[in-house]
Amino acid sequence: MKVRFVIPLITLYFIAFQAQSQLFITQAGETSFFSETPLENISALNKQVAAIINIATSEVAVKIQNVAFHFPNKLMEEHFNENYMESEKYPNSTFKGKIQEVIDFKKEGVYDVSAKGILEMHGVKQERILKGKLTVGKDQLTFICNFDVKLIDHKIEIPTLVIAKIAESLTVKNRFVFTAKK
Amino acid sequence: MKKYLFLLCISFISTISQAQDDLLDELNKIQKPVISYASATFKSTRIVSGHSIETVAAKHLDFRISHRFGAVNSGYQQLFGLDQSQIRLGFEFGLTDRLTVGVGRNSYQKTYDYYAKYKLLRQSSGAKLMPVTVALLAAAYTNTLPSQPSARFFNNLERQTYCGQLLIARKFGERVSLQLTPSILHRNKVETENDANTLYSLGMGGRFKLTRRTSFNVEYYYTPTTVGGISLRDPQFKNALSIGFDIETGGHVFQLHFTNSKGMSEKYLIGQTEGTWQNGDIFYGFNISRVFSFDKSARKTNK
Repeated sequence: MKVRFVIPLITLYFIAFQAQSQLFITQAGETSFFSETPLENISALNKQVAAIINIATSEVAVKIQNVAFHFPNKLMEEHFNENYMESEKYPNSTFKGKIQEVIDFKKEGVYDVSAKGILEMHGVKQERILKGKLTVGKDQLTFICNFDVKLIDHKIEIPTLVIAKIAESLTVKNRFVFTAKK
Repeated sequence: MKKYLFLLCISFISTISQAQDDLLDELNKIQKPVISYASATFKSTRIVSGHSIETVAAKHLDFRISHRFGAVNSGYQQLFGLDQSQIRLGFEFGLTDRLTVGVGRNSYQKTYDYYAKYKLLRQSSGAKLMPVTVALLAAAYTNTLPSQPSARFFNNLERQTYCGQLLIARKFGERVSLQLTPSILHRNKVETENDANTLYSLGMGGRFKLTRRTSFNVEYYYTPTTVGGISLRDPQFKNALSIGFDIETGGHVFQLHFTNSKGMSEKYLIGQTEGTWQNGDIFYGFNISRVFSFDKSARKTNK
């Protein structure tokens, strides 16, 4: 009698367990940004970005620690954290969303995707649709996504004195190589 | 049997709930925290006239121009001190992120100064916890005034003064930073008979961030005139108290201040501060710091 209950339970258990291993993660994603003005170019790179993709639900999430952005000019790095991002108050920038297209994660190939979700930076949430390319490989997923961020959208103020040196909108480039979560 | 069924149910529920966890929470679990060093404990390598724990970043040059005007109580004929001024020019270079070397020249007593500052410990949170930043400073000063009857130098060694400092600072949250600076100053030749060659002093400094780009600074050097009956500093010299206001604009830091010390280095701050705050015998001054990057990789951008 009881065995009849146990068997479906065990099956369900494995399904649930299976659902958990649908997660693909990276802890070494790369995010860089670039600001270009005639006076000064500013760039920074972060190689410690964490990102996760759930291939069962097509949900994605990205978490960036602001202090891990490194600038060739150290003074810029200090100003980035102290004056613009206020990293002590807002240590992380995040994105949480869902890939809108239906993707067969079992079939290798390159897919154009767009992820719709919330981009949170400097404590300000913005709904965004981020377009990118997803490459499904043998046992890894590569996601490349470039987008622009308008500083004013995230309440990042530029003082008038340096307004000519910082672009109003930054180009953000992302490259994440996901592997299955063990 | 029932027991096993129950256990299975529990583990099943817990697995389900785990799978339904927010993806961001999942990231919080897996992401390794990075070491977050306290940045900008002070805005500049000086609090007002004395050193702060800050060093110049590797391959960066800090060019500093400092002025101290005449006494504020010198009256309108001297435009409250603005008619007179002394200047210090300084070039300070970061050999590494922790080690800075600098050379400067003061017009007051035509003194050259040289220093090396090394950050021993860096305040950090995240993956590594360190409560304070600790730096060591070694400095020397050479007086190049000609030998006069009032101040005679019999050899060049007599022109030398040395200073050692241990700088300990902590940034308390976003706004407040405090620093303690035990110091030792050795003059090979002293100005007056009542002066001892070696002085001990405790510097105290702090800053309060007013806005994202401005801060209010205070600096005080307490130097005992006698220790255990042995007189050290001539009582005519005072403890140096300075208040300042920092404005940071991209690559420049402007520091404006009032101080009772005419000198812009430890030699004068500790040993020869003459002004008194009570009489308005204080000096208006400013430091301008401009940092240049000589890092070649800085030109290589991540475009």
